[in-house]
Amino acid sequence: MSNKRIDEPTGVETVGHEWDGIEELNNPLPRWWLISFYMTIVFAIGYMVVYPAIPMLSKGTEGLWGWSSRGQLAKELDEAQAGRAATLAALAQVPIEQLPANPDLMRKAIAGGRAAFRVNCVQCHGSGAAGGIGYPNLNDDDWLWGGNLKEIETTLINGIRQPGNAQTRTSLMPNFGKDGILTPAQISDVADYVLSLSGKAPMNANGKLAFEANCVVCHGADAKGSRAVGAPNLSDAIWLYGGSKDQVVGSITKAHAGVMPAWGGKLDPVTIKMLAAYVHSLGGGEDFADAPTNPAAGTTGNAKP
Amino acid sequence: MESVVARAGMWLAALFVAIVFFVNAVDTGFAVHMAIFGLAALAGLVISLRKTDYLAVANGTRLAVDQGRYDDDLIRIGVILTTFWGVVGFLVGLVIASQLAFPALNLGLEWTNFGRIRPLHTSAVIFAFGGTALITTSFYIVQRTCRARLALPGLARFVFWGYQLFIVLAATGYVLGISQSKEYAEPEWYVDLWLTIVWVAYLAVFVGTIMKRTEPHIYVANWFFLSFILTVAMLHVVNNINIPVSIFGAQSYPLFGGVQGALVQWWYGHNAVGFFLTAGFLAMMYYFVPKQAERPVYSYRLSIIHFWGLIFLYIWAGPHHLHYTALPDWAQTLGMVFSIMLWMPSWGGMINGLMTLNGAWDKVRTDPIIRMMVLSLAFYGMSTFEGPMMSIKSVNSLSHYTDWTIGHVHSGALGWNGMITFSAIYYLAPRLWGRERLYSLRMVNWHFWLATLGIVFYASSMWVTGIMEGLMWREYGADGYLVNSFAETVAAKHPMYLLRAFGGVLYLSGAIIMAINVWQTVAGKLRQEEPLRQAAYDAAADRPLPAVAAE
Repeated sequence: MSNKRIDEPTGVETVGHEWDGIEELNNPLPRWWLISFYMTIVFAIGYMVVYPAIPMLSKGTEGLWGWSSRGQLAKELDEAQAGRAATLAALAQVPIEQLPANPDLMRKAIAGGRAAFRVNCVQCHGSGAAGGIGYPNLNDDDWLWGGNLKEIETTLINGIRQPGNAQTRTSLMPNFGKDGILTPAQISDVADYVLSLSGKAPMNANGKLAFEANCVVCHGADAKGSRAVGAPNLSDAIWLYGGSKDQVVGSITKAHAGVMPAWGGKLDPVTIKMLAAYVHSLGGGEDFADAPTNPAAGTTGNAKP
Repeated sequence: MESVVARAGMWLAALFVAIVFFVNAVDTGFAVHMAIFGLAALAGLVISLRKTDYLAVANGTRLAVDQGRYDDDLIRIGVILTTFWGVVGFLVGLVIASQLAFPALNLGLEWTNFGRIRPLHTSAVIFAFGGTALITTSFYIVQRTCRARLALPGLARFVFWGYQLFIVLAATGYVLGISQSKEYAEPEWYVDLWLTIVWVAYLAVFVGTIMKRTEPHIYVANWFFLSFILTVAMLHVVNNINIPVSIFGAQSYPLFGGVQGALVQWWYGHNAVGFFLTAGFLAMMYYFVPKQAERPVYSYRLSIIHFWGLIFLYIWAGPHHLHYTALPDWAQTLGMVFSIMLWMPSWGGMINGLMTLNGAWDKVRTDPIIRMMVLSLAFYGMSTFEGPMMSIKSVNSLSHYTDWTIGHVHSGALGWNGMITFSAIYYLAPRLWGRERLYSLRMVNWHFWLATLGIVFYASSMWVTGIMEGLMWREYGADGYLVNSFAETVAAKHPMYLLRAFGGVLYLSGAIIMAINVWQTVAGKLRQEEPLRQAAYDAAADRPLPAVAAE
């Protein structure tokens, strides 16, 4: 039932079919469309010749250009590695103590450390290294275990309370409440006393007595902490586990024992050296001469790994 | 009477099965879903018993269906439900866009977490809005272009309501945390089985109607619908071959693992775009554009070549979703070159749609529905160029995993699928309810501009943020180290997330205006306004040709 007619506005013949009033014109395929279609097919065939494309029995064809996605990745990684090779070699030679004497190398180490920090450290310390509850802020000058390059490197290599690492930084505050060493009332007093040191609560005499009996061994008579055991300075405004009354009571009742991985087994020595340089550069990094000779009686602040 | 008893018995059996599964359920989500199944069966039972005219059955005076009219009851409900699901889907999209900008909006509740709401959005827009639109328009178009009433009317009702039950099961499942974690195929094994039954019934109704056509030829829209129904059935079944942990529980594990599972998933995922969102909607385009423009389709020959080109090439392009992964290089190459070759066959649909307006281009100025169709085809052309471009490995190494992909998908979904569906709804509403015209054509115009601006905000902000984040990820400093941490790239995207959400507000407002317009049209109201233009409608010709005895 063909019913061809010439469509008036376009002057093109219809095919002669009609459905619910819809007709179809008998226009040819647009030439540019057809040529473009053929060109994509030619491109596809050419691409398949030069790139891996056709599955064979045990593996696909490799293509004339010998390209592979793994090969491309390896090449790009090698190029990046080659660009850094001279710096890395120089860093491997220089002991970390002598790094400050070489400003150019120091700058390069900090740049490498920044990149490594973004991959390995930001998960806990944050991308701005500002830390959070339980994770020390690395931008301030308050160090738990020491803030010169060597001490930071040691912390990085061995971690903090890392099980199975003999050299790891370690200490264990007792659970004064959970283990019944102090009564809840005493803990409340001690918390008030501790908070009074930074002016956040009025002086508590009972708390002072309990503090002197139980806490000074690690935190010191002046409560300024000890780097030998990573005991935080309690007299400043920096709080690793929170500085509200409830949080301090919580920390005394059931002590925290934060863990940082020992990176020595995970990262190469040069990367660790660069990380130490980067963390040192963030703020509060101490020179070797600055470090208190007797950390237990230290007068500078301490709080953080 | 026998058929009433048989039907009621079937519903009763389904109800009993649902109760047995409900009682034995090993997890809460499964129990909730079996309760929903049971309620659906109960509803079916009550309706089949109450809607029967027993007196007429007893007297043998049941009225025969009027064979001289199209079966449009489902289509009227479908137009309303499409509108409803559209508004719901866009609203949920706005919620998750806002969650990305302000994570506090996750509300800290498991049910409102982005991870659960995101599949709710994608399924609501693709399967609820898009799927209902496809079933509805396919039932409308196949009747008109075959000049025949729907075959198997009872089964057609089962298809329609069964699909709505699938939507409810999928949506409640996501919120309850039931998911097999495959993108666009999240529903679990028992919902997949249900959809398989519904889909096979859909195929039967569609093919049955084509077989009883009174037209000598099958119209191009029906080729596209048929390829959509057939291919989606195949994709759905293969990608959902899962083994349930317990027949009374929601959890299941896929048969394919590792990179094979990934390839099957993206073979499915890409062809869901190809056959659900492209072939199905091209079918809508092939009917509504010539009808609204009142012009012949531009080229019959082009429709044949681009149909077969599209069908043959699309199915191979899936591996481009897995560039630079564990998928062997040869498979990645094949995915890429088939995507490149797909470019022109895809554009064939755009050319045929746009050039159909030859001789009627003035209507773009006067008819907001035509304007919507033109914009829809323009976005179709843009995304089907962008897709092959993004499948090129070196482009993909920048664009993959970034928001560029999200922008690409939405320029297609909001621009092409959304706009062509809106124009179909506007075309259908006055015709299905026998109104002189839509309640307001000027509101259509508002909808057009709000939606267009919304897409511009959405797509351009996602393009910018996607390319920015891709460049930030790969940025090397002078010292030979990566410059940015991942969190810094997320922080940099925040302003673009706000613009995207604003685009969503505009798009949603347009859809709400449409809902009001459709509602008022159904209510039979006409807004007093300066007329724009209306395509002619001949109610007398809108009916199938009754079979004529041979002379």
